[in-house]
Amino acid sequence: MYGFEALTFNIHGGYLEAIVRGHRAGLLTTADYNNLCQCENLDDIKMHLSATKYGSYLQNEPSPLHTTTIVEKCTLKLVDDYKHMLCQATEPMSTFLEYIRYGHMIDNVVLIVTGTLHERDVQELLEKCHPLGMFDSIATLAVAQNMRELYRLVLVDTPLAPYFSECLTSEDLDDMNIEIMRNTLYKAYLEDFYKFCQKIGGATSEIMSDLLAFEADRRAVNITINSIGTELTREDRKKLYSNFGLLYPYGHEELAICEDIDQVRGVMEKYPPYQAIFSKMSYGESQMLDKAFYEEEVRRLCLAFEQQFHYAVFFAYMRLREQEIRNLMWISECVAQNQKSRIHDSVVYMF
Amino acid sequence: MSGVVALGYASSWGAALVRISPYTFSAIGIAISIGVSVLGAAWGIYITGSSLIGAAIEAPRITSKNLISVIFCEAVAIYGVIVAIILQTKLESVPSSKMYDAESLRAGYAIFASGIIVGFANLVCGLCVGIIGSSCALSDAQNSTLFVKILVIEIFGSALGLFGVIVGIIMSAQATWPTK
Repeated sequence: MYGFEALTFNIHGGYLEAIVRGHRAGLLTTADYNNLCQCENLDDIKMHLSATKYGSYLQNEPSPLHTTTIVEKCTLKLVDDYKHMLCQATEPMSTFLEYIRYGHMIDNVVLIVTGTLHERDVQELLEKCHPLGMFDSIATLAVAQNMRELYRLVLVDTPLAPYFSECLTSEDLDDMNIEIMRNTLYKAYLEDFYKFCQKIGGATSEIMSDLLAFEADRRAVNITINSIGTELTREDRKKLYSNFGLLYPYGHEELAICEDIDQVRGVMEKYPPYQAIFSKMSYGESQMLDKAFYEEEVRRLCLAFEQQFHYAVFFAYMRLREQEIRNLMWISECVAQNQKSRIHDSVVYMF
Repeated sequence: MSGVVALGYASSWGAALVRISPYTFSAIGIAISIGVSVLGAAWGIYITGSSLIGAAIEAPRITSKNLISVIFCEAVAIYGVIVAIILQTKLESVPSSKMYDAESLRAGYAIFASGIIVGFANLVCGLCVGIIGSSCALSDAQNSTLFVKILVIEIFGSALGLFGVIVGIIMSAQATWPTK
C-alpha cells in the first residue's frame, strides 16, 4: 500500500537503508573538490583523499602513483560497500541490488568482445573490466565468433540471457554490430528493471521510474547524436530506443528522423525538463551536453534521498559514487598532465 | 432471566449480545489494553531501533541521544500496563441474579471500552513515535542540529498515547457494579 511502507519497510530494509545513508554522508563535497583541484601532483591528491573515506584504500599505495591506481582503489571501495549490502539483503532488495550490476556486466561483455576483435590479450582486457560486472566464464567470451555463439557458449548461464532474445543473429561481430548489440542489451535491461520496479510498487517505483526514464531518454539522445552520419537506418535507430520514458512514443518518432544536432535540440526543447538542459548550451555546441546530462542526473539522484523507506536510495548511492569516481579520474588526469585550467570543464559537484 | 424479557428485543442477535456475561467484555477489554499497547510499543521500537543501529555505524555519537526515541515507545507499553492494572481492580463479583442487570452490563461495557481506547491509542502512538524516531536517527547522523527539533515532533506524537490513557481512566471510573 503506497504511503504505509513506513510500517513494514524496516523489518528487512531498515538497517541497510541506514548504512547506505551513512555512506552517502561520506561522499565528497564541493569543499573537498576545491582542495583536490588545487593539488600540484598525484601525491597531494592521495594526501587529501586520505582524510576522506578513501583513506584506508589508498594509504598502502607506493609512490609514484598513477591515475589508474587511484581510480582502481576508489572503485574497490564502491565494490566493497556494494557487496557488504548485497550479502545482508533479503528479497526483493537483493534482486534490486543485483539489477544495479547488470549494466556493468553488459559493458564488460562489450569490452571483451571489442578487444578480442582488435586482437588484444584476454588477460589485459579482464583487468580493465569493471569489478561489479564480473561473472564466471567471462573469459570464454574471447572465443566466440558471432552473437549466436556468444549466447550459446557463455551468456545463456548469466543473468543477461533473457536480454538476448532480440539480438540473436548469425552475423559476424564487427564494430557497428557490437555497438548495436550493446544498445539492444541495455534497452532490454532498462525495460526489465523498469518492470521490476513497477512490480515492487510504492515510493520505490515512483522514484525509480523517474530515474530510469531519465536514463532511457538520455540514451535515446546519445544514440541519435552518435548515429548521425553513420550507416544506421532510421528503423534500426528507432529499434534501439526504450519503450518508456518522457520521450516515448512521440519524441522517439521525431528523434528517429533527426539528421543533425540542431534538429535534436528542436525535438528536445518541446519537453520542459530537457528544455532547461538544452538552453544552457548555445547553438552548435555539443561537448557540454554530456556534462549537462550528468548534472541533471546528479540533481535527481540527490533528490532520491529526500524520502525514506524505499530502495531507490541504493541505486542513487551507487550512481553518485560512480560519478564521484569519474570526477576523481578527471581531476587526477588534469593534475598529472598539468592542465589544471580544464579541471572545471568536467567535474560535477554534488553537495 | 426476567430482566431480558422486560427489555423485549425483537432480534435474536440483540438478545444474544446482552446474554454475554459482562465479565467476558471486561476481561477482553483488559487483555486488549495491555496486548495491543505492547504491540504498538514493540512495533515502534523495532522501526526506530533498526535505523538507529545502522546509522550509528558511520556516526557513533548519535546512539546515546537517540535512545530517547526508544524510551518514548517504551512509555507506551507502560501506559498499557498501568491501565490494565487499574481496570482489573475495577472488577467486582455480583450475585448471579444481578449479573444481567443494566447496571452490571454498563460496568462491563465501560471496562471493555476503556481497554479498547487505551489499546488502540497506544498502538498508533507507538507506531508514530517509532517512525519519527527512525527519521530522527538518520537526520541526526547527517546533521546534529536537527535532533532537538525532531524531538519536539516526537513529543507531540507521544501525547497521543497520553490522551488515550486519560480518557480510558475516566471511562473506567464509572464502572460501578450493582451493590449486593
